[in-house]
This record gives sequence, structure tokens and C-alpha cells, in this order.
Amino acid sequence: MMERPFAITLEVGTSRANKTGGWRTQRPVYVDRLPPCNDACPAGENIQGWLYRAEEGDYEGAWRVSMEDNPMPAVMGRVCYHNCETACNRANLDEAVGINAVERFLGDRALTGGWRVEVEQPDLAGRVLVIGAGPSGLSAAYHLRRRGHEVTIYEASTASGGMMRFGIPAYRLPRNVLDGEIQRIVDMGVGIELGHKVCDLMVEMEGGGYDAVYLATGAEIARNAYIPAGDSARILDALSLLRTTAGMTYPQLGRSVVVYGGGNTAMDAARTAKRLGASEAIVVYRRTRDRMPAHDLEVEEALEEGIKMRWLSTIKKAGAEKLLLEKMELDAAGFPQPTGEFEELEADSVVLAVGEEADLSLLQNVPGLDMSGGMVHVDSTMMTSYPGLFAGGDISQAERTVTAAIGNGKKAARHIDLWLKSGGMWARLPGAPSKEEHQPAPAGERHRIAGWGDLNTWYYSDAPATVRPKLDMVRRQSTFDEVVLGLDEDNALFEARRCLSCGNCFECDNCYGVCPDNAVVKLGTGMRYEFDYDYCKGCGICAAECPCGAIEMVLEET
Amino acid sequence: MAYRQVKFYQTGSFAVGGRLLDTPERTVQSGMSRTNALTLGHRACQGCGEALGARYVLDAAMHATGNKVIAANATGCLEVFTTPYPETSWQVPWLHSVFGNAAAVGSGIAAALRAKGQTDIRVVAQAGDGGTVDIGIGCLSGMFERNDDVLFVCYDNEAYMNTGVQRSGSTPPAARTATTEAVGEEPGNPWGQGKDMPRIAMAHEIPYVATATVAELHDLEYKVEKAMEYRGARYIHILVPCPLGWGSEPADTIRLARLAKETGIFPVFEAEKGEVVATSKIRSKVPVEDYLSLQRRYAHLFKPARRDDVIDAIQDSADRNIRRFGLLGEA
Repeated sequence: MMERPFAITLEVGTSRANKTGGWRTQRPVYVDRLPPCNDACPAGENIQGWLYRAEEGDYEGAWRVSMEDNPMPAVMGRVCYHNCETACNRANLDEAVGINAVERFLGDRALTGGWRVEVEQPDLAGRVLVIGAGPSGLSAAYHLRRRGHEVTIYEASTASGGMMRFGIPAYRLPRNVLDGEIQRIVDMGVGIELGHKVCDLMVEMEGGGYDAVYLATGAEIARNAYIPAGDSARILDALSLLRTTAGMTYPQLGRSVVVYGGGNTAMDAARTAKRLGASEAIVVYRRTRDRMPAHDLEVEEALEEGIKMRWLSTIKKAGAEKLLLEKMELDAAGFPQPTGEFEELEADSVVLAVGEEADLSLLQNVPGLDMSGGMVHVDSTMMTSYPGLFAGGDISQAERTVTAAIGNGKKAARHIDLWLKSGGMWARLPGAPSKEEHQPAPAGERHRIAGWGDLNTWYYSDAPATVRPKLDMVRRQSTFDEVVLGLDEDNALFEARRCLSCGNCFECDNCYGVCPDNAVVKLGTGMRYEFDYDYCKGCGICAAECPCGAIEMVLEET
Repeated sequence: MAYRQVKFYQTGSFAVGGRLLDTPERTVQSGMSRTNALTLGHRACQGCGEALGARYVLDAAMHATGNKVIAANATGCLEVFTTPYPETSWQVPWLHSVFGNAAAVGSGIAAALRAKGQTDIRVVAQAGDGGTVDIGIGCLSGMFERNDDVLFVCYDNEAYMNTGVQRSGSTPPAARTATTEAVGEEPGNPWGQGKDMPRIAMAHEIPYVATATVAELHDLEYKVEKAMEYRGARYIHILVPCPLGWGSEPADTIRLARLAKETGIFPVFEAEKGEVVATSKIRSKVPVEDYLSLQRRYAHLFKPARRDDVIDAIQDSADRNIRRFGLLGEA
């Protein structure tokens, strides 16, 4: 018999012998859910992922996560309409996280700090031609170059940037920012031939020895609206107004300017007219505000700047200094119908902003290309019906924003890379696989979205959004200085830390702390936790108290 | 709240830890080296609030004293589920007393340590609400009166759960237990009975009295560590929801503790020498119904016929707590 202390008659063992895990009818499992911001991002950014880094003050790390998907954070942090913030769960708590502002902060930091992106050195590099140095073309070039392919961009204009330069006014996107982010892509070894207009794509493809082509020429032809006009009426289109302004030669518009149309371009044109000295800039639109295609944010900022709106009106006739408007009303289907009521409106010039179209003339000799409705049609891999010819951006899709174009470029680059690696080098190899033989990689399984109901919001502290300071109204109206100012480091950190980390563990230690059975093992910083199923009784407190919904209870089998 | 709240972090001071907090701002429970005074394999029910509370308290006490703690434990759930022969879940020197004398045993240990000159070793005596407010109140009152150097912790789950959910002096009005069935004009536990033990402790004017719940860990640990700074009699009363006795979902244990505080049903405060010195403010006030409706011990208030008279009376007593302790306002 073992020696025991005085008065101790029984041998004592630990309760660890009692594996209480056998009581369990359901078990907790750690999951990663898709945060709604990531889900909503047209560029497919891992927003929660880079906010996670930014929360720690690791701005370069955060920027690098962003750069996995988006080569131009400083541009996007200014011109993106941030669907992510609309989707943000925090809006239910107080206000959405200022994701766009943080992205801009990171992008600006990168430009100041001269941060660079590594280029891979693959065994086999392809040669890819990109047509158009707009957001989509630059994005595709960046992603292809990062994977080690040789990339050349042909740009018809004398400067790169596409609509970012010629469509978006400088007060929304300062040119040094745009130039800085383009230069970073060029420095990676992307060749851009400016002033190289492609008139016949077949000639370029056959002559250049390229393995694949990405067509991203955009939609740069202003659509026309027929307006009977007198000789003295001054009518121009919004794109050429914005284009000439970008070149810093300011057109004479006169005292009162009428902009015809209801899209983002119309807003930009009206705000630009105001900056060019118009005392009155009036937007004439045939429907109502809620039916305007322009983004709410831009309409808001335009109204703040004193832009006037004429809803439910069309221009019937343009004369010298005067327009004839006809009032409209919406029918049951929501279409505007003429009422026969007319009124006059003073106008020194009329700017047409009734949409843009793509120039498809360069594609005339591509055999069997599927085009209709002014667009090039692509499959799920962004490839056109012609093998090796991919297309994206405004030329192939209806959502014409910089963000969607950048997302398109990324997606196309991924598929072009796969196409090249699966042997699709049609220019060099005569026996290249046909489109049917080309097997696109299956898309990764999407995680379930982390909704508001998945969160336990008790744990998040209340904190209002950091409101971006704005230039005062007067200054904004008279110059092309940037309208929305950026965050400094303190409020950027603050803003990043407002992220709820929806659906993704951020190591708050709650599960580890609240388990009555000590059945959660903490693995250390950055390594998260694991369950000890030998002892977990399946009470579910960890799942109930997880702030971000990263634990799911699943029924045990049998 | 008496402890300093960390503002502007993702999870403020409410979560257990967090990588964005400086180490001193994190709880003892968030540490990989926490002592786990109550270890794996204990036989508490799923979602047991008491098992959670006991680990929180003893780990914090050990942290505050460099692990020099001896625990005396009254009979009750906590004793039964941790020490069925031949196993123990305790990783701390631990003595089991009879039901009513944990305070006296604690006093005895403290006296022995003083006699041996080992006053660096500290004593925690612990019991459930039965062992505290009913059976053990005589020994406890004596311990308070003599100002013995013991921290007495009551884990209050509001009935005798271990023996089959009989009413205790801590069972709230209208709650159904095995001995206060939901029948008659006034179903459940009668009104106008029971004991408010924290205020009884305060009446002894001992150095420190505090209440806490398992829902706010920072607050709980702060109070235990603060209690260990005092010499003399100290009392902490901790609300620990009981899924079995309350008829609640095991996963709701912490939620219920949180609701008990946010409704005003369970006031969370600190008192020194009989005087309230700090209260934990309600963050966002909710009606008592939110708390009651999650528990089957109150099911008779909602069906077959809704008893608004009783619900209103419970709301009145919560509102009285809010007034008495000043539970609303800026933290």
C-alpha cells in the first residue's frame, strides 16, 4: 500500500479521468464566414482581412492584403462607391465602418512610403497584350505581371488611366495620386505604349506574338440625344467637357449651364461646370431622384455644392440662351411620358450626359466574336468566344464603375494565367487547345455570409464613425482641390478598430474564457483556439458569446 | 463601473481578452497560464454558471496572491460535482466542510495560518446560496463580526439545485421550485420573504462587500483582486445562472447573468464598511420580461394566462434596485 499523509485513507485521482465529452449531443466548431463587406466588394477585396492588420497598426501588412486584389488602393479609397459600407453590419449598431477612408489612408501611406510589390519568377511566363490602360486594363496587367507574365499595354490616348483620368474630375481624384499608383505598376515591369491606337485587333494579335489578349478599351463614346437646336445654341458632351478639364484647358461654358442626364457623369459634369465659374449649374433629368442612376453620395455632394435639379423634364429645343423643357410624368411602369406642358429655362450651354458607349470597330475582323447590344460577351472565365481573347471592364459589363473594372481585371488575370498554364498559348503553339478543351479551375467554395444575426453585439463598444473633415463649401466650389480629406493615423486606427470582424475570429478570448468546462484550448497569438472534445459538453456558451459568429453548433452524429 | 473601461477598441472591456488590449488590460482568464483552479472533467451540468464562477474567482485570487490560496468549500453543487470519489477537479488546496460551516472552517484556517506566522497564505471560503444565506448564515455572521481574514464567496443560483431545486432564502419571488410550485393565487415563491445577503453583509460593516455576475468578467476579477488587498472579513456575492434549476438553455447562462444586471434585477456594486462606493451602471436598460421569459421557472407568468400583475411587481422591484443603487447614468 502506498504511503499516504496522516488521516488520508483514500487515494485521490484527478477528474481528468472523467471524459465528459461523452455527454455531448452537439459540438461547437470554428468557422470562417464571409463578411458582408467582402461579399459586396466588386473588386473582391478581403476587406475584413486588411482591417484586421490595420487594427494592429500594421499598415503595410494591411496594404499588402489589399494589394492581393486591388492594385490601386489610393485611387479606390477616393472614387469607389463603397458597396462594402452599405453592407457593413456595424451600420445596425451605430454607423458603418469607414472602410473607404481607411483604404485611402493605406493607399496614401504606400505612396509616401514607396512600398513595392514583389514579382514572381515562374518557370514559364506568357506574353500578354492588354488593350486600354484604364482601371480594368491596369488591374489585369498588374495581376498578370505579379504572376510573372510579360505584359504590354497599348493605350490610344496620350496618358494612361482611362476614365480615371478623363472621366473623373481632379477634385475627386488628384492626379498625383493616380500617377503614383500607375507608376508603381509600370515599375513592376509593365510596358505601356501610349498613343498606340488599335484599329484592327486581328492584326495586332497576329503580328505581336502574344499568347493572350485582354481587351479593356472601355466605353468612351458619349451617347447622343437628338435636340433640335438653333445655330447659336452651345451643346457639348460631358465626356469631352471632363476630358478637356483634365487637360487643364478650361472650356467657356457661360454663366448658366444645363446638364442633361442623371448618371454619375452628369453629376461630375455639373460639379465641374460650377468649378469652371458657372453661377448656375442645373441638372435636367427626365425621371425622379430615386430613379437616378447616379450614386446617392454624388447626388448629395452635388446638392451640397448648390447644384440644382430639374426632375421629370426633357429638353425639347435648345436656342440661344434659352431651352424649352417639357414636363414629364411617370406612368404605371415607371417610364416617363410627355405631358404637353412646356417651360423655358435660361442656359448658356447644354452638356449632354446621357450615357457612354463602347467603340467596337477594332473587333470587326475577329472571327465569330459574340457581340450584341454594344457589348462584347464573355463566359464565366472572362474569355470571349474567340480562344485566348479575354475582355472586361465597361466594354463587357453593365456595372460601369472603377471598382467593378478593377475587379474584372483581377478576375480576367486569374483566368488568363490559368489559360496560359494549361497550355493555351495559341500564338506560339499551333496546336493550342480549343475553348472546349480549356478547363477553367473550379471556383472556390464561398463561405456562408456572416449576417447581423450571427453576431453577439453586446461585446462591441459604442463608437461613432470618424467623420472625414470636408473642405469648406466655398473652397470646394471654386477649385479642383480634393473635396474629401483623409484620415490621420489616429483616426484611421480608430476607424479600423471599429470593424466587427464579422464571421472571422479576431482572438478576443471569449470562447476560451466562458467555457465552464475548460474545454477550449488557446493556441497563442495568431493561432486562434481549438476545442478539446474529450471534455466539451456541448453547452453552446462559446457559440452564444462569440462576438463575431465564428463558432457554429452542429449536431453530433448518432 | 469601478474598473477602468477601455474605450474605442473593437470589444471594449466586455470580452475576455483580445489581441488589441495591453496585457494588464486583459483578464486573468484570457491568459494561457491561468491556473485553472477548477480543471477538466468535473461533473457540472452543461452550461453551469457556478463552475464558471468558481474558476473565475479562484484563478483571480491565485493570481492576486502568487497562488497562495487555501479554499474551504461548503457542501452543495460545487462540492458534489467536483469531488466524487476518487476524483477531484481542484488544483488548489481545498477542504470540504459540512453544509453550514464553511465560514467557520475558513476562520479556523486563517487562525491556524496566523498562529504559524504564514499570513502570506490567504483563505477563500465558498458556498452556494443555501450554504450562505440559510444554513451557513450563523457561522458567516460570526466570521463577519470577528472580522476574520477570510474572503467568503457566495455562488448564488437561487435555490438548492444539487438536491432537486428546493427553495432557498435567495430564491426570487414568483420563481417556481420543487417546494414552491406554480399553483394558487400567488404561484411560485411567495413575496415578502427571502434575504438580501449582500446588504446583510454590509450591515456588519466589514471592510469589503461586492456583487458580480459571470457575465462581466473584468468586473468580477477586479473585485476578487481588490478583495485580496484587504485584511479582514470580505464578502462577494456572485450571480451564477443554473440551466437545470432555472429551466434555461445551457447556452444562455451568460446571457441571463447579463440580463439580470441590465434589467436591474441583480444590482452590481461595491461597498466598503457598509457604504456603497461604486455601482456598475446599466448599459442599456431592458424590461424584466426579457429576463423572465427565457426561464421555465417563470413560465407560469406567461401561460396559460399572462400574469401582468406579477410581471409588473417584478419590474417594480427591479426599478427599486435601480433607484436604490443609482444603476442608471454614465458609467
